[in-house]
Amino acid sequence: MEQLYQQVILDHSRERSGEGTLENPAGQSFQVNPTCGDECNVQVNTAEGKISELAWTGKGCSISQASLSLMYEMVDGEPVTEVEELGETFRELIHNRGQELDPEKMDQLEDLGAFTGVGRYSARVKCALLGWMALRDALIQAQDGSKEGSGE
Amino acid sequence: MTQTSLNVAGDFPLLGRTVRDGKRLVYLDTGATAQKPTAVLDAERRFNEKHNAAVHRGAHQIAEEATEAYEAARAAVAGFVGAEFSEIVWTKNATEGLNLVAYSFLNATLGLGGTAAERFRLAEGDEIVVTELEHHANLVPWQELAAKTGAKLRWISATEDGRLDPASFDVIGEKTRIVAFTHASNVTGAITDVPAVVDRAKAVGAYTVLDACQSAAHLPVNFTELGVDFAAFSGHKMLAPTGIGVLYGRGELLEAMPPFLTGGSMVEIVTMEETTFMPPPQRFEAGTQMVAQTAGMHAAIDYLNNLGMDRLAAHEDQLAERMLEGIATVPGIRVLGPTTPENRLAVVAFDVPGVHPHDVGQVLDDQGIAVRVGHHCAQPAHRSFGVHASTRASAGVYNTNDDVDAFIEGLKQVVKFFG
Repeated sequence: MEQLYQQVILDHSRERSGEGTLENPAGQSFQVNPTCGDECNVQVNTAEGKISELAWTGKGCSISQASLSLMYEMVDGEPVTEVEELGETFRELIHNRGQELDPEKMDQLEDLGAFTGVGRYSARVKCALLGWMALRDALIQAQDGSKEGSGE
Repeated sequence: MTQTSLNVAGDFPLLGRTVRDGKRLVYLDTGATAQKPTAVLDAERRFNEKHNAAVHRGAHQIAEEATEAYEAARAAVAGFVGAEFSEIVWTKNATEGLNLVAYSFLNATLGLGGTAAERFRLAEGDEIVVTELEHHANLVPWQELAAKTGAKLRWISATEDGRLDPASFDVIGEKTRIVAFTHASNVTGAITDVPAVVDRAKAVGAYTVLDACQSAAHLPVNFTELGVDFAAFSGHKMLAPTGIGVLYGRGELLEAMPPFLTGGSMVEIVTMEETTFMPPPQRFEAGTQMVAQTAGMHAAIDYLNNLGMDRLAAHEDQLAERMLEGIATVPGIRVLGPTTPENRLAVVAFDVPGVHPHDVGQVLDDQGIAVRVGHHCAQPAHRSFGVHASTRASAGVYNTNDDVDAFIEGLKQVVKFFG
């Protein structure tokens, strides 16, 4: 159990970072996990190729809430391309059946490596990825919006 | 062990396996699906090895044997629920049975079924009554029927302890045409006072539809005595295979009802212009049916009859009582439903404040204890308790006091782990 519920996950599920809402988000995405009814809403603004503002609300299990909280800490203020890469690596980790990825990728993931054990439990994969699905979707909208906004 | 205890886990091969690195399996998810005794597994295999053929067609010996097995299973089901042979329709599960009734009402409303079916026609201003405690299977088909016919959906509300609130029975009124309600809630375990609802419905001439999924497997049930017009249940919740369910319909009503699914096996004369349909139950059994599963269903009913439904109910009553007493010793747990054992099944949903059901279930699973987490296909029921989801332990014929005790110990670990 301790392998699944790493301390960093328990901590983030209790003390969450980035919970809240934005006034005028350029991108936002609402995602639900129909098997348990867990849900999250991620809102994002981008500027100069970076995430300038990020906020989320959600209800769900400790895995999904900790994933959202840690995601916020890892990506807020970071370049969008790097965030997308990080998201891909995280998805790869969660689909890796509980095994770590190569050391270079584990370094890239930093604290997100705490979610390695989630991959052993297929029923929990969606919990860990729900927030990241919402972020990916919200970022696409925000960037479409900024392209439109920067057009003549 | 008290004298109400049964000791039959050995009849169920799956319960002999271990989970999560060698832990004994404590299976408390029978409300979702029951494990199958060897007798059921053997019956299905025996059918396929000796008697497999298409039923109600073909004149060869094997086809005759298959048809006999198929209809003998129907007779066994009829006897089990106090119905006539022709009042039992095979479906793939209870969901299909409930949809069958809803779609037959829709088809009648569209003018199908001739004058005999006029009694089922719905119109704007008519009302369909459901309850807040329904499984989605006995809620969504009625929402859909209301949307298609212009009828209005109304509902009986739940009390704080998860029973139907008699104070809200007055939603059943002169405009009510259908009252669809559960015999026992799959969330709270509360057993409905069926006659109270039926009397009210009959007084206004409304048809009654009973979801008997949780009850048929755990209580002696007699649909004729209960006085309901329709009832549905699933085999897989009562020790039988998946893919087989039953719709009961009062004979006179099935006679008058237009079919839902159409095609082979349910017709008399087919021309390029039109078709006449067989009498019930065949009218409602289009296409090749799940014949091997009916053989499994027959074996499940024999198994339950041999144990005796009264004994089974007494056994599970005792498990329910032990579960409720045990949960009460774990600080902070909130039971969603009656906290006392009368008129309830051994189906106990609960909330561990501050701990999400997924996390509760995960820690229990790590100890080999299988429970259900989530909304159990009853989102409005959860909303009535002000929660999003819950954890549910549900017992079956094979569970023992040891299983309940292991579950309570597991629950203490949950509180310790996340506390």
